[in-house]
Parts: sequence; C-alpha cells; structure tokens
Amino acid sequence: MTNISSSAASAEIEGPIVPQAPQAPEPKAKPAWRSLNFGPRMWVALGMILFVVVLAFIGPLFYPYAPDQKVGGLYDAPSAEHILGTDNFGYDVLAVLMASTRNSLINGLLAGTLAVLIGVLIGVVAGYVGGWLEEALMGITNIVLAIPAIVILILISMSLQSTDIPFLKGIVGLALVIGITSWPWTARAVRAQASSVATREHIDVAKLSGARTPGIMVFDVLPYLASYIVMAWVLQLASAILAESTLSMLGLGPSGTNSLGMQLHWALAFQAVAVGAYWAFLPPTIVLTLISFALLYLQSSLDEVFNPRLRRGKKKDLARAAARRAEAARKLAEQIEGRQEVTA
Amino acid sequence: MGLRRYLASKTVWYLGALVVAVVLNFLLPRLIPGNPVDVIVSSLGQGGASSEAQQRVYEQFMKEFGLDQPLWNQFVTYLTSILHGNLGKSFAFYPTPVSELIAQSLPWTLALQIPAILIGWIVGNVLGAIAAYKGGGWDKSVFTTSLVFSSMPYFCLSIILLYVMAVYLGWFPPGGAYSLGNSPEWSWAFFTDALQFWWLPFLSLLLINIGGQAVGMRSMAIYELGSDYVNYSRSLGIGDSKMTNYIFRNAMLPQITGLALSIGTMVGGALITELVFNYPGMGLTLFNAIASNDYPVVQAVTLIITVAVLVANYAVEVLYGFIDPRIRASKSGEK
Repeated sequence: MTNISSSAASAEIEGPIVPQAPQAPEPKAKPAWRSLNFGPRMWVALGMILFVVVLAFIGPLFYPYAPDQKVGGLYDAPSAEHILGTDNFGYDVLAVLMASTRNSLINGLLAGTLAVLIGVLIGVVAGYVGGWLEEALMGITNIVLAIPAIVILILISMSLQSTDIPFLKGIVGLALVIGITSWPWTARAVRAQASSVATREHIDVAKLSGARTPGIMVFDVLPYLASYIVMAWVLQLASAILAESTLSMLGLGPSGTNSLGMQLHWALAFQAVAVGAYWAFLPPTIVLTLISFALLYLQSSLDEVFNPRLRRGKKKDLARAAARRAEAARKLAEQIEGRQEVTA
Repeated sequence: MGLRRYLASKTVWYLGALVVAVVLNFLLPRLIPGNPVDVIVSSLGQGGASSEAQQRVYEQFMKEFGLDQPLWNQFVTYLTSILHGNLGKSFAFYPTPVSELIAQSLPWTLALQIPAILIGWIVGNVLGAIAAYKGGGWDKSVFTTSLVFSSMPYFCLSIILLYVMAVYLGWFPPGGAYSLGNSPEWSWAFFTDALQFWWLPFLSLLLINIGGQAVGMRSMAIYELGSDYVNYSRSLGIGDSKMTNYIFRNAMLPQITGLALSIGTMVGGALITELVFNYPGMGLTLFNAIASNDYPVVQAVTLIITVAVLVANYAVEVLYGFIDPRIRASKSGEK
C-alpha cells in the first residue's frame, strides 16, 4: 500500500507516466544501468551542466581573445567583434567569463571533493566502528555543524589574504578552506547510512571470513553508500561554487585570478549595474544561476533514480516491475481523481 | 532518555559549540603573520604620515588592543569585554566603538529580513500547500517557479531585480537606503522616503523565501497526502476540510523548524543582497570592514552571526524536546 501510494506521489512529480504494454522477455538482458529509470529532468540538468562545461573548457580553445588582454575601454557595448562587450578593465567579457567559469568549476570540484572525502571518512568510521569513537567524531561534527560555515570562511580567508604564500591566496587555497569547513553534514548523513549498513548480514559474513575492519569499510560498507555519496557530492559542488562567489563578492576572493564571484565583485565595484552595463554583470549572474539550478535539479532527479525501492529483486525484472507499478499508480490516481470529482 | 537529560545534553553541546566559536573568533585573526596593527599602520604610512607618528600610533594601538600581552591574557580580556557587551573599538573609524557601528547597521538588516522571512514563510507555505492539494497545471507552474527561485543564488536575483526594476524600468531608486541629504530620524517624511528604497531589497529576499518554503511545503504535503492514515480516513468518509486540517498540521512541523532556523540566519543570510543594493546593513558594514582590515568590526559581525544561529538552533532543539515525545524517547538521540 505504501509503495503504491508513494509512487503515485512521484508520478505526480514526474508528470504522467505512459504505461507500457507487458513486454515479452527479451533475448538479451539489458545492461544494468539501462534499467535505472533516468527521467527527463535528469537529461535537462545534464544538458545545462554540459553547456557550462563546454563554455569553460572548450570555449577558450576557439575564442580569439585572452582574459588578460586589454581590447577596449571601460564598458564598451557589445559589438560584432566582442559579443559581450568589455568590462571595467577593458577586457573582453566573454573571454573573462570563460576563464571565470573554468576557475569556479575547478574550485567547486576541489572543494566539493575534499568535503565529501572528509565527510565520508568520518561518517563511515563513526557509523561502522561505533562506541566512543563514534561519540567523539560526531561530537566534533555537531560542533562544526552548529557554527555557521560562512563565519569560519570569512575569518580564515581574511588571514589568508595577508599571507605571502601565493598558493594559498589563489583558487586552490580558497578551495581548501571551503572544503575543510563544509564536510559536517555529509559526515552526519553518511554516518546514519553506515550504521544501518553495519547491522546487515553480509558484514557478519565478511567478519567471519576474517576480513579486517578497514577492508570491510571499503569493500562491504562503502559500495552501499555510493548513491548517497554521489548525491552529497553534487550538493557539495553547488554549495562550494556559491561559497566562492559569496566570499569573492565580500572582497575575500582569490587574488589575481578570475572567478565568477570576482567578475561580479568588479562589476559591482565599478558600478556596472548603475550605469546599465548589463553585459558586464548579467553573464556571470546567469552562469552562476545556471550552475546552481542545474546541480540542484540533477540532485533531485538522482534522488529518484537511486531510490532503493527500485533495486529490489533481480535486475532484469526491474523494467517490468516499474511498468506494473506505474500502471497501478495511474489507476490509483484515476480513482482519487474520480472521487474528487464526485465530492467536488 | 528523559526530557531533563535530553535538555541537559543539548545545552552542553550548544555551550561547547559556543565556546569553540568564540575561541575561533578570537584566534583566527591572530594567526596572521605579524598582527593586524601592522596592516593598519602600514596603510597609514602610505597615506604619508611620518615614521615617528607611525611609531606612536603603533604603540598606542598595541596598548589599546592589548596586543603586547601574552595570548592567554588577551583571550581573558576578550572574553570579559564580550560578556560586558564591549566589542572593542574600530580600527578604521578609530575612536568609534564597534557596538555603535553595529547599532547603526543592525536595524536596517532586521527591517529587511524580519518581514521578508515572515511574509515569505506564510505565502510560501500557503502556495506550496495549495499546489500539493490541487495538482495539475497549478502545481506545475507553482512548483517550477518556486524551484527556480529557491535554487538560484539569492544575490543573483538581487542583481537581476536591481537592474530590471531600478535601472532599466526606473520604478525604484537604484540602491541606498534613503535619499541623499536625508538622515535617519523618527519622522514620517524619513519613513516614507526610506520605504521607497526598502521595497526592492525586500522583494528580492521575499521571492527567495517564498520559493524555498513553497518547495518544502509542497513535498511535505504530497508525502502526507499519500500516507496510510489519509487513505484510511478517506475510506471512512471523513470530509475534505477535516482531512486538510490533519494533513497540514502534520506537514507544518518541519516547516516551523525551518522558520526558526531562518530567523537564526537572519543576520548572516542577506549579506550580499545588502551589498548589491548598497543598503547600510550588516553586509555592507562587513564588506567595508574587510576592505579596510578592520578586524574588531569583522570579529563583532561574525560573532553576532554565530550567536544568532546557535541560539535559534538551540531554541528549536528545546522546543522539539517538548513537542515531539519521539525525540526524547529515542535512545541514541540525534547524533
């Protein structure tokens, strides 16, 4: 009952599902990933991400101007030569935008990956080992979680600004700082999952066959958390990119390099909005919105794909089971609708 | 775990977090090679002050801020002065106490955030609930719009609104909080003037809040609509109005938590919006303090943000201990 009604709810989210006629057993089993139910939302999100990635990494190869090449004056309007005009330094906005997007993506990847690594390490150890180690690790996690990350970010980056080490002042240093402040909620979510996996039977089998604790954690616990880790990683990417732009706009960004936040920072500092130079501030705003929206959208569609209910039973039965469930959900929805019409 | 033990453990954890936050707030700016006074004095030097004057200023600052004493003493001084509500003096506007700067900027932030959070919460929940209940085209349009607003960075919406509404259409003044030549006072004329400047940053925060709340409420309500007790009550023939009453009371619980938490992030949640609109709240104060290496002000702002968040989270946990018996009954609690 619960199954049917909750897939009715998800059918509502995805829009109408077309019920498929019961299929004859196919001669060859489809590869496993084909039976995952990738919805249209996921392709939309992946398409947007692909667009941003192409802009950041492929675009500069074909674009004639460099981001540090002075090609015009203060806020020259868009022209045939410079599609998005020039910024406050006289650089080509599109060239700067491509470099900024690349740096912001790299920053997000580094920071997001670091945060997920720390979070998974702490979460799995705490969840699987348990005992006083769990209490201690989760104590630290809860304390770091309670203190707003932006505060620590501001304080550390202010200190970094006055160091003389160029490595720490650039995009990598910023990514490190963001990474080491944003792991706690991943650790908490992973711990909850890991401690439920730790009670399963296959862990006992592994223990009986003499596997060591680290081996069990890597080979027997981690694979069961894969979907959660992927989703946490997508969210961490988005929040790292936003953290970078927030810090940059506060004036704590990577010095001497481009990033989406720095581009907005300069546009605001040189009054681009007030003088109506939309080409200077709209492109980074739109790209940031696109990245953030696409990643969150991807996460929510992954959530549906990785729904553990879909993984019950043999894989080749999945497609038929999904069709059956969709059929049942549709019928239930019709019934409810019919009843609502009667009562209305 | 009884209620008393639950409350005690939560209190201990939050006190621990507060101590760590205060220590970090004290320690992190002091990790810089040299000390903040060096930065200030060297910037004075660029302004053309003589080296003798620089030396005098340097010594006075060192003494004033207690930087010539050992770190432990400095920490004790820092703690006692915070407890007395003394946040020190600003570097950039030298004899002005930090608390005065905060007192000037905090009301502007609150004036934007309190209405934006409250109205956004109410409108967002109503929209989300209706979307979940009605379904169909209404649901699709509300959900998609809310999703876009809630997942776009909040300052991106601010920038777009500022450009379209103020610069391009000219409906609102482009930034600031009141007309030039006007100064803050308790008069009707000032109020109406400031109101014109208030609308746009308020709207930009409001839309983001509505989006976030509507998305959350919609998914909660859909979850409740599909649950067993709803199907069962329907089969018993309980009327729609009574059902919605039950459903939304259940769906509200997490939303009330959300309201309390967003009140906690009130101070720190709109920093960049204020920056974009040049609105004289905490965000702009923080930005200026960072630009002029004004450590006491930065520390004060970060401390206020931290305390607000911790107090709100603590209040939610305590309240939950009272409302929801399952939480205090669970043995392991929330780890």
